[in-house]
Amino acid sequence: MHNYILRMENITKIYNNGIVANKNVNFSLKEGEIHALVGENGAGKTTLMQILFGMEKPSSGQIFLNEKEIQLSTSKEAIRHGIGMVHQHFMLVESFTVAQNIILGMEPKLGLAINESQAAAYTKELGEKYNFEIDPNAVTGILPVGIKQKVEILKALARGAKILILDEPTAVLAPQETEQLFKELIHLKEQGHTIIFISHKIREVKRISDRVTVMRGGICEGTWETADKTEQEISRKIVGFELNTDLEKKETDLKEARIRVSHIDYHDKESVSILKNVSFSVHGGMILGVAGIQGNGQAELIELMTKGRKLQSGNIEINGRDIQKLSMKQLRDTGFGYIPEDRIRQGIAKDGTITENIISNEYNKKNFCGRGMLRRKKCNRFADEQIKSYEIKCSGKSHKTGMLSGGNMQKVVVARECNASPKVLIAEQPTRGVDLGAAHIIHKQLLKMRDEGCAILLVSADLNEIMKLSDAIIVIYEGEIVAYYPDISSVSEEQLGLYMLGIERHDDEMIKGVI
Amino acid sequence: MSRERSFQILRTGVSMVIATLVAFAIILLVSETPMESIKTFIVGPFTSGRYLGNIVEVTIPLIFSGLAMAVLFQTSLFNLGAEGIFFLSGAVGSLIAIWAPLPAFIHPFAAIIVGAITGIAVMFIPGVLKAKFGASELVTSLMLNNILLGVGCYILNNVMRDANVSSLVSLKFAETALLSKLIPGTKVHTGLLIVIGAVVAVYIFLYKSKWGYELRMTGINIEFAKYSGINIVKVIILAHVIAGILAGTGGVVENLGMHKRFEWTALPGYGFDGAMIATLAGNNPIGVVGAALFVAYLRIGADLVNRFSDIPTEMISILQCVIILLISAERFLHKYKQKWVEKEAK
Repeated sequence: MHNYILRMENITKIYNNGIVANKNVNFSLKEGEIHALVGENGAGKTTLMQILFGMEKPSSGQIFLNEKEIQLSTSKEAIRHGIGMVHQHFMLVESFTVAQNIILGMEPKLGLAINESQAAAYTKELGEKYNFEIDPNAVTGILPVGIKQKVEILKALARGAKILILDEPTAVLAPQETEQLFKELIHLKEQGHTIIFISHKIREVKRISDRVTVMRGGICEGTWETADKTEQEISRKIVGFELNTDLEKKETDLKEARIRVSHIDYHDKESVSILKNVSFSVHGGMILGVAGIQGNGQAELIELMTKGRKLQSGNIEINGRDIQKLSMKQLRDTGFGYIPEDRIRQGIAKDGTITENIISNEYNKKNFCGRGMLRRKKCNRFADEQIKSYEIKCSGKSHKTGMLSGGNMQKVVVARECNASPKVLIAEQPTRGVDLGAAHIIHKQLLKMRDEGCAILLVSADLNEIMKLSDAIIVIYEGEIVAYYPDISSVSEEQLGLYMLGIERHDDEMIKGVI
Repeated sequence: MSRERSFQILRTGVSMVIATLVAFAIILLVSETPMESIKTFIVGPFTSGRYLGNIVEVTIPLIFSGLAMAVLFQTSLFNLGAEGIFFLSGAVGSLIAIWAPLPAFIHPFAAIIVGAITGIAVMFIPGVLKAKFGASELVTSLMLNNILLGVGCYILNNVMRDANVSSLVSLKFAETALLSKLIPGTKVHTGLLIVIGAVVAVYIFLYKSKWGYELRMTGINIEFAKYSGINIVKVIILAHVIAGILAGTGGVVENLGMHKRFEWTALPGYGFDGAMIATLAGNNPIGVVGAALFVAYLRIGADLVNRFSDIPTEMISILQCVIILLISAERFLHKYKQKWVEKEAK
């Protein structure tokens, strides 16, 4: 076993809320390989890597670097041992330049001041060494996601990382950017770096990695040479059984327009334009997918539509009512449901029970409430039914919602928002962080509601999801609708990618079709 | 019972034991006859019906303020205005108790209702400021306490002072206004029934009614409440109003039950006690009763030690600080919780 650069043995991690994230996991790395770590969300991949990067302390287990046992209690120590990590959510100072970010904490000095020119030169040199095209003096905040990621990787390399952990690096990238990243990773590998590539996209794993380790439910399912396994075999290992994710999509009759967004312009406090003349409408019985790389104004658009922000100009009508004139309760009373992107912040009350969470949009309706008192029995029975039909894994309806896993929390949100049989539903990243089985349940539910005549606006960073569910697609780039596909049968992911990156654009006549 | 809840109870229990041990340590240091003093402290309150009665008497206002704070805390509002309301409502209620010509049964109720209305009126100020303008209720309520003290003292000095008595007290309450004694041989008064009613009412309100649901959800996650369509402006004001009613009622009941005149010349401290009791009780109205009884027991014990031995009551203040410190320290016993959780998970 002398050719392993790193071994993690019998790692167990139990969080203080009782969740067993890792159970006796063994993981080993050969020098100079790209090692894919795959598994569903919540399978324990990220936890294992956070342990390796010194961010979490394992409950038990050992880590050997070059056959010497090491203790990692802080990220600083991990970095000292040559381990670097690029997180899913970037850890960059947005107002700093690229060079300032790279040298942060290890600044070249000029007397008491920082030697800015040396920093820039160093960054440039580093970029050239690894074939990263990057402008050291650009302000980080305005860079596209793909470039920010490069800065993160360079930051790790600048600190002497030999082992590089990339946590779902492609989740935020368009297909073309992913290609570029893969080229760079292969280049890094050729220079002797070892890369751990976390992903749940099997196609990418197959394409880039030398070996693959599969995790499921906190347990390591095994490690194989990637070349020896087919995509189907890997996916079976990940899910644990054959998952039939085919969805049946019926023809439906379009009903009247239930969402009408007209001429929305929006700018932030610094008067940076976020949304430009956005207009579209969604009819009953259809799902309109909104594709786009994160941070192109989708989040703001949804906040405007759900009363999270005040409109500056333009008009939004839902179920024929101007939403500015309605309170959230009145808006919901028109038949409106919303699955928010950030379920912890908005979607649930963590310290509340499942029952309390699952009735929050209807608690004052007749079936749950009479004469000001909650009808406890009815509420409980309803919660039991939903737990059963959505297969929510919990100890019962009195389980604290915050103690559920991410996927199960999301099921609570979806169950609640869909049960009220809204006429309009806004689904924002409905399956983010949700395992494949749960995602399938949620997808089926969305399609069922569409068949029943609900108007659904689906915003997702997952192109696959959008392609699978939508009847029509719009693409948003820098706050503008740049493409409209009334029929999705002719579209490919690569094509959408070109619009998402702003390389191509439909003509205005075409885009007007969505109004 | 969930693991979380049983851990909370365990932690509170351990805190109480440690606090009591600290008290022993202090007694050992200060007292000439430590064993005697400790015995008086622990057993003393149970040695006679009168002392037991004392515990109940002290418990009544503590429950009122504990309930008021529990309602506010459950809504995630850190408002300490109950302190000033106890004082002002007591003074305003006293005006009714002194001068309103009412029959026996109605009289105390009239005074209590006026006191409760005073509490609502006062709580409206931080409530509306918070709900409409986002002003910190902690700051406004603390500043308000001093103003209320001033107003109350003004009423005492200029309106109802008894000129025939040398100390600063009000005229005597009308006989009809006094709350009658409930248990012979003690000073336990009918306020006990009112406070039991309040506990039940607050419990039903918080856990059974839709308004309580709105209030608790807002307390857990205000963004979630807004998103769900709950009118949080209404909720914040409602929580303040209810706390105002409870504190105002408490102030009047304490005066009419325990005193013959309005005798407070400084803030009585019940508001802050309430914050401690609500915290001890995990903001649960039933727990408030237990926590208030415990605090009352400590106070009576300390009082007896003070009377029958050589230890000053100040010791009790130290004791209370230790309890609060231990309970509010989230990390206390954290290591054991982690181990426990790990064991259970395996």
